[in-house]
Amino acid sequence: MQKLALALAGTLIALNALAEPRSAAVPPANIPYFAANCANCHGTDGRAVSAIPPLAGRDRAYLEETMKAYKTGARPATIMHQLAKGYTDEEIAILAEYFAKQK
Amino acid sequence: MSRFNPYRRRLLHALGASTALAAAGLPVSSFAAATTKPGRKLGRVVVIGAGFGGATAAKYLRKWSNGAIEVILIERNQQFVSCPASNEVLGGNRAYDSLVHSYDGLRKNWGIRLVHASVTGIDADRRRVRTDSAGDFQYDRLVLSPGFDFIYSGIAGYDAKAQETILHAWKAGPQTLALRKQLEDLTDGGTYVLSIPKAPYRCPPGPYERASQIAWYFKTHKPRSKVIVLDANDKVVSKEKLFLGVWESDYQGILEYRPRWNVVAVDAAKNIVTSELGDKERGDVLNLLPPQRAADIARTAGVINVNDRWADVDWISLESTAVKNIHVLGDALQAAPLMPKSGHMANQHGKAAAAAIVEILSGRDPQPTLMANTCYSLVDDKRAIHVCSVHRYHPEKKVPLVVEGSGGVSKEASAEEGIYTRAWATTIWKDTLT
Repeated sequence: MQKLALALAGTLIALNALAEPRSAAVPPANIPYFAANCANCHGTDGRAVSAIPPLAGRDRAYLEETMKAYKTGARPATIMHQLAKGYTDEEIAILAEYFAKQK
Repeated sequence: MSRFNPYRRRLLHALGASTALAAAGLPVSSFAAATTKPGRKLGRVVVIGAGFGGATAAKYLRKWSNGAIEVILIERNQQFVSCPASNEVLGGNRAYDSLVHSYDGLRKNWGIRLVHASVTGIDADRRRVRTDSAGDFQYDRLVLSPGFDFIYSGIAGYDAKAQETILHAWKAGPQTLALRKQLEDLTDGGTYVLSIPKAPYRCPPGPYERASQIAWYFKTHKPRSKVIVLDANDKVVSKEKLFLGVWESDYQGILEYRPRWNVVAVDAAKNIVTSELGDKERGDVLNLLPPQRAADIARTAGVINVNDRWADVDWISLESTAVKNIHVLGDALQAAPLMPKSGHMANQHGKAAAAAIVEILSGRDPQPTLMANTCYSLVDDKRAIHVCSVHRYHPEKKVPLVVEGSGGVSKEASAEEGIYTRAWATTIWKDTLT
């Protein structure tokens, strides 16, 4: 019984770690608040309604690498190279994960 | 207040409400029920002012509380009229009707109760808002997004009668159309004079965009007409090099810029303005932007506590530092360093306040969030320039500061950014109102 409890606890911790991989930068419950900064231009939940590219449902790795490339200047942009510099790499990863999950 | 135990509530929040509801065997569409019959599970928020700040706060309060916070949005106007993009109307590059938007989306999509009335009193001790025509409203939290009002006292002769012909058009609406008509009626060879107050005022690049739009209109329709810009500031306060560059390359001989020109008197009969140094300028069309302050309703609420002009807030919750339970947004704020008074910023304030209020009413401490700003300006019918910044809360200074190395301005005016400018407007209207 005790073993089972320990195994369960271990699983829970593992699940927890999966669910909250980057809790240090932005607490998981606050991620929707944090991501809403992008909505003014990219649409609510990243669902674009105009010429500005959508974020919702895009490939997570693509979003993360693109933002990082804007940040380093490797990828040219009109404005995103300046905005990307406002975010840490950890925050960029969180945003990429969040928007990739939006439908 | 909810009787959920805090741990369970946190768990539900972490799982995401729809997942949690499904797990609990409840229909995921139960939010739809909340929109038709607003529940009072976490409390009631009254929002005053449905501009970029207030409308955004109202929407995101409903969204992030999954309908558990009842939201009453009080707005005296029947429709939303966008200030951003209104300069294009003055230049003849946009239809006025495209600035006008319905509030139906907030009602239908989010179950927000829209009340079209004027607020006549706020009793912060009893947490009640009084209106002229819709009765009183009790609140747990009040969101105040009042915008600005003008300070007329520093301009001699600018009385009610003078204000009928010398327009500001700095709040989009009837004055936008009236100023456009004055420009259309102007004979070729006539002069348009724009007077800019000392910063801070709503939309720092706005006057320079307006001057550019009207110069473009003259260049293409009334080539002998002139734009004269009288600026109370020492220099162009936003995107200086970009505006000066465009004026030199595109509007030479049409647009004349005069810094340190502070209007202190008007003669409406002769259409003459006078500076504090005694200089005089006559215009066939005078467009006067008086100095600004937080709107009257902010004074009624008692939240104006900086220079008798602006409202100071706690930058995590946007709660007033003068009155408890009142959160203030938008142009009415004593801005954080380098944070402009813009519609974009007001939208971000609305989200920050909504997030904080959801947390507070859920029994948790609000956390600081990032805020970003983007302001585009169209310099002719196609090309635009931008300024942008990212603001991060500084825990010691207790204020958001621009992240070092972030933000900046366009390299040059471009048609690509012109497309983004119009896309930005379309998107922020939807993010705010639907």
